[in-house]
Amino acid sequence: MATSRDQALIPQLFRLEYTKMTAVLCRHFGLENIAVAEDLVSETFLKATEVWALNGLPENPTAWLYTVAKNKTRDYLKRNAVFETQVKREVKPEEREPDWDFNEESITDSQLAMIFAVCNPGNSTEAQICLALQILCGFSIEEIADAFLSKKETIKKRLFRAKNVLRQDNFQIRTLQETVITSRLDAVLKTLYLLFNEGYFSKSNSQLIRRELCSEAIRLTLILTENAWTNVPKTNALLALMCFQSSRLDARAGDSGETILYERQDKSLWSQELIDKGNYYLVNACSGTEISKYHLEAGIAYWHSTPTDQHKWQHILQLYNQLILIEYSPITALNRTFAFAKVYGNEKGIQEAEKLNLRDSSGYYALLGYLYTDTAADKAIDLYQKAIDLTKSLPEKKTLRSAMEKLDQQKSDDDEY
Amino acid sequence: MKEFLLIFRLNNASNVKPSAEQIQERMNWLAGIAAQNKLADKGNTLSTLNAKTVMPDNVVTDGPYAEIKEFISGYIIVKTETIEEAVEFAKGNPIFKLGGNIEVREVL
Repeated sequence: MATSRDQALIPQLFRLEYTKMTAVLCRHFGLENIAVAEDLVSETFLKATEVWALNGLPENPTAWLYTVAKNKTRDYLKRNAVFETQVKREVKPEEREPDWDFNEESITDSQLAMIFAVCNPGNSTEAQICLALQILCGFSIEEIADAFLSKKETIKKRLFRAKNVLRQDNFQIRTLQETVITSRLDAVLKTLYLLFNEGYFSKSNSQLIRRELCSEAIRLTLILTENAWTNVPKTNALLALMCFQSSRLDARAGDSGETILYERQDKSLWSQELIDKGNYYLVNACSGTEISKYHLEAGIAYWHSTPTDQHKWQHILQLYNQLILIEYSPITALNRTFAFAKVYGNEKGIQEAEKLNLRDSSGYYALLGYLYTDTAADKAIDLYQKAIDLTKSLPEKKTLRSAMEKLDQQKSDDDEY
Repeated sequence: MKEFLLIFRLNNASNVKPSAEQIQERMNWLAGIAAQNKLADKGNTLSTLNAKTVMPDNVVTDGPYAEIKEFISGYIIVKTETIEEAVEFAKGNPIFKLGGNIEVREVL
């Protein structure tokens, strides 16, 4: 029988191997037959669950899985006359890679190619992230639904449509050519960036899901740094950003799921190891002349991880100034204004903030609430309430509520005098 | 939304070297417009030294147009509902401290 420790390892093993085997099989069958690849992998896991429950874990579970998957694929090809007569004829012989195996090289190449296939600009970014979570990260539909605070049916439909786009794309899962990489790398980086943010700023209450989204985004970005064509400065900048942000994941998580804001974090909980890695990739990122938005955001995250410098907020404001000139987003506008207030004081910060006029954004009212805290507590409480009403994120609601309760507390303390 | 070109002019531009603080102030001003999503084009700064004016009959002179004392130092394009709003943006620019001025023109 498998020990309980082994049992605990199985989901993790399945998740990782699911993505690898699906990638290699998609390379073999073509993306248009992604469902076949997924079915074969699922059958392999089913068999593993049955056999391992009886006999315990094999000595090399991964090799065991690959052997079974290979045999199942062979059986499938033999018995599936439709495939032989219809599909195979459509695929020209030279387009089919003659021999295949689950060796390291084929896994690495296939995974990289799958990343590029999944980050298809024909799909919405939300759909791309769902696909990435399922195909590249091996998440179940329940887990994806939890991460997005959506219903399972919604996620299922979204994945179904997104896979249709993939099937029609005619994207070849094979060793990537330079032209494919240069034309799609930006889309890939953007999806990985959003995947990371989905974890870091997750609407989900589950710390576990949030952490896994972040670490999966890092794992996939690391794959990009292992290939000479994709290991470019902006990839390193994105990875540096992810490392810096992740270094604060522990300090950021409150006991009841709320987010602990930067200023109140216990800095001894920051991971020095991840900060060092961030520094390493940031240095790599500066080997060229290009300054991407990832460079600027990594620079900001760098200063946040370096709390000692007295001009820190000046540096951060300058980086935000550059960032907002490259690409407008409400979040960047709000963060820039926060940095502005840190440098020039809350009063000027309020003037700058009110000009943004982002009346649909919870962040807008949260920022104003923060800026009014010292001078107009009543107004700040009203603003926080508006922010709470607007946000759908559970951790954000909790964080805002605790800021508001603090103000209420202060007020009642003051009234006693 | 309409687009308005803001044309920056300085008197004697070659003598004016902005301090780090002035550069920071200008950058804050520009980013402040971008933060309201009202910057259509962050424009460019124009060289006052490497400049020539080409006139009819292949006459080329050094520098910007000689008869006027002001030099165009740069431009940006903002997108606002009205010219008044664009003028309000212009008022916040630190160029006036250097004796410069800003012309606001609707882009047609």
